[in-house]
Amino acid sequence: MSTTYRVTPVRRALAFARNTWRGLTSMRTALILLFLLALAALPGALLPQRQLNPPKTEEYIAAHGWWGRLLDRLQFFDVYSSVWFSAIYLLLMVSLVGCLTPRTFEYVRAMRARPVLTPRNLSRMPHHRRAIADSDPDAVLASTRQRLRGWRVERRIEPDGAVSLSAERGYLRETGNLVFHFAMLGLIVAFALGKLYSYEGQVIVRADGQAFCNAGIYNYDSFDPGLRVDGTGLNPFCVRVNGFRAEFSETNQPVHYEADLEYQSGADLETGTWRPYELRVNEPLRTAGDRVYLLGHGYAPTFTVTFPDGSVRTQTIQWRPTDQTTLLSEGATKFEPPGITDSAERRTRQLAITGLFAPTKFLHGSVLSSAGPELADPAVAVDVLRGDLGVDSGRGQSIFTVDRSMVDSGRLVRVARENLDLGESLTLDDGTKVEFSGVERFVSLQVSHDPTQGWVLGFAVAMMVGLVGSLLVKRRRLWVRVRPEAGSANLRPVVVEVAGLARTDQAGYGEEFTRLADQILGAAGTQEKVEITEKGRT
Amino acid sequence: MPVNETLSQYSDWSYTTAVAIYVAAMVFFLVEQSFGRKGRQAAQRTRERSRELVGAGAPVETSATAPAGPPPATPARPIGRAERIGRMGVALTVLAALLHLASLVLRGLATSRVPWGNMYEYISAVCLVAVVTWLVVLRRSPVRHLSAFVLLPVVILMFVGGTMLYTAAAPVQPALQSYWLVIHVSAAAGASGIFLVPGVASILYLVRTSHDNDPARFARLGHRLPAADVLDRIAYRTTVFAFPVFTFGVLCGAIWAESAWGRFWGWDPKETVAFIAWVIYAAYLHSRATAGWRGRRAATINVLGFAATVFNLFFVNLVTVGLHSYAGVG
Ligand code: HEM
Repeated sequence: MSTTYRVTPVRRALAFARNTWRGLTSMRTALILLFLLALAALPGALLPQRQLNPPKTEEYIAAHGWWGRLLDRLQFFDVYSSVWFSAIYLLLMVSLVGCLTPRTFEYVRAMRARPVLTPRNLSRMPHHRRAIADSDPDAVLASTRQRLRGWRVERRIEPDGAVSLSAERGYLRETGNLVFHFAMLGLIVAFALGKLYSYEGQVIVRADGQAFCNAGIYNYDSFDPGLRVDGTGLNPFCVRVNGFRAEFSETNQPVHYEADLEYQSGADLETGTWRPYELRVNEPLRTAGDRVYLLGHGYAPTFTVTFPDGSVRTQTIQWRPTDQTTLLSEGATKFEPPGITDSAERRTRQLAITGLFAPTKFLHGSVLSSAGPELADPAVAVDVLRGDLGVDSGRGQSIFTVDRSMVDSGRLVRVARENLDLGESLTLDDGTKVEFSGVERFVSLQVSHDPTQGWVLGFAVAMMVGLVGSLLVKRRRLWVRVRPEAGSANLRPVVVEVAGLARTDQAGYGEEFTRLADQILGAAGTQEKVEITEKGRT
Repeated sequence: MPVNETLSQYSDWSYTTAVAIYVAAMVFFLVEQSFGRKGRQAAQRTRERSRELVGAGAPVETSATAPAGPPPATPARPIGRAERIGRMGVALTVLAALLHLASLVLRGLATSRVPWGNMYEYISAVCLVAVVTWLVVLRRSPVRHLSAFVLLPVVILMFVGGTMLYTAAAPVQPALQSYWLVIHVSAAAGASGIFLVPGVASILYLVRTSHDNDPARFARLGHRLPAADVLDRIAYRTTVFAFPVFTFGVLCGAIWAESAWGRFWGWDPKETVAFIAWVIYAAYLHSRATAGWRGRRAATINVLGFAATVFNLFFVNLVTVGLHSYAGVG
């Protein structure tokens, strides 16, 4: 037994690697991976996704028992960051690289190569015409060459004395195809990098001159960082919201809204210069490499509380819309009692004003709802609670609600319930006066940062261009052979043959071929009266 | 922005009339396709034409089998009754398409915006593109007698759109007030409309090849369809045209999403299904370049692609809740 053929483990491993690579980079595998990708993306459209809608996702899981938990374990609620989705697209990328590398070399070779030899028997080509002319072969060839502008042409003298032109065009097809696939590779990489280094933060800002600075994640109400973002070193800029305008149709559909903004970034931060900007839907503010969006809007009622000792406190806190059409809103505005230093006593005298706010009052008996989103006739329906708000409990506090457990345990007690119009007030048993004294608007803003999105756009445009070239350009060949007819003594007629072949799937070469052949044969002075064979016409 | 009620009323009338005429045209085509001797002749003619076509456009591998059969025995055939009925069908279709176009233009004038701001209008636009695409295909391929198969889904879609999804003319909400509505949505509607044609052609391809493999299957319909490769070529050419349009539509959608929603891609259900459809059509293009996947498998993939497009139109708009829920229904 010769050692050359011994199957060592190394050899076996190499063979395995080679076969795997071949398998992975074959077109069939690419096809199957494409299918898997489509299939794997599907649950993301059918099931709620945590990244888009966390509460709905939790609700879904809770509603489906063990099945929901199993799906959760299998990452069906985080499809696009799941192990299996990533695996498929990584494999597809490997396949793509494995496919593109040899094709690129092949492409370079093909671009340098001369058009192929003219086939011996042109009549076997899908397009073929033949005619006899009384003409000089060189003249026929010269005029043919002129007509083949834009084609790559090779002239060859054949052993039997015939002269042929072999022409090819449509190289842009392969160029386009490679540009498309490489650009797609680039797009995927840029997209993935973007996911690592991007962040998104939401913040609510009152439209009464309140400012927001992108100085740290604690300035945000919610913040969603990429894996490589730790919240430090955010691009510094500030915005100040001076006003907000909304227009609604008769059916309370929003027609238009915009926020009056001022912002500063870069050198303006040092000089304290503010620049104006009208922030609208579809028109984000782009500054300091970040974008600021107008996501939504709502109302912030102002309450003025006059405590028994005569001290007055005023607060304007945003309440959250519960109905997007009428902007009926709910919320909780919380007050600390003034002048009390003992924390235990303070925790019996904290106040919360909770309930509903309606921009346009509409009463069913004493139940408040809103007739429309515009600030026409504002009113609130409030419960005033007194006691321990739970702010020192260490639990996270929502700015929109009171801590229910404090109410349930009896440490927070309702001391009044009343509907108030703007300017009206109520008085509690201890003489505290609560006035609904004003309304401000607020806007919710989103700040987005994605350092690679320009790259993604560039690659996407390159893909588009490559795709159009790849799909619409036809790769085709044309041959012309001119052979002096043997035997004839004085006239020396020549046989002119024209043949064509479309090298790609895209049919429709027929018309072009017919036109070219007509020109070539016409210029050669043939009438095609002697012998015509023509196949096909599209 | 006030809505011009009169124009909107005219638009509705044009729409209804267009649907009625499409139905009439469909009947004409069905007569041509299926009635007796004449219908068979029509199919026979396409088969002859198609044999010529095979030689002209086939890829390299099949060129060896190109030689055409014996020339048609009767080159100058008098125009038969089926033929005349088919031509009347085309005339009716063109008329209906003009009314259809008028209904969209009138909607646009009534609301002073592009007429594809809700599902009713969008479906109408998609159907118009499908009909126009088919009329273009008819100019190049002798497949007129198949028109009923294309008009059928068009009529169904327009019926569903005009009844269950009808929306009164109204302005669109702020998020839609952007020139990207014009670009993105017209590309999406255009691509979806064109995709309807290869979808139908691929279904017919499956019927035809199934019949070729076993003449007992689809015995009545199969032999009246054009040769499989004619259908395949129609499907391929229209897909190849629609795919870049679709890609462009998705690309514009991403650009718009970046300025409207704060990110260019967020796996919103609509985006996801568009991505899926895109990947399926990419798979279709690949399958035609892969040995063993041409033919029936490729046709199946194309049908799947169209199914994804329809799914995106109905399921995603009506069932799921996403940023794209602008259907204007419910
Ligand atoms: C990431 C997934 C991929 C997508 C979305 C994709 C998309 C496309 C599209 C749209 C085309 C049509 C352009 C044309 O026909 O010229 C195409 C063609 C092509 N792709 Fe891909 N591709 C992918 C991966 C791959 C891989 C992995 C390979 C190699 C195994 C490959 C090889 C090819 C080839 C050879 C063609 C030319 C087919 C033809 O001439 O019709 N592609 N691809």
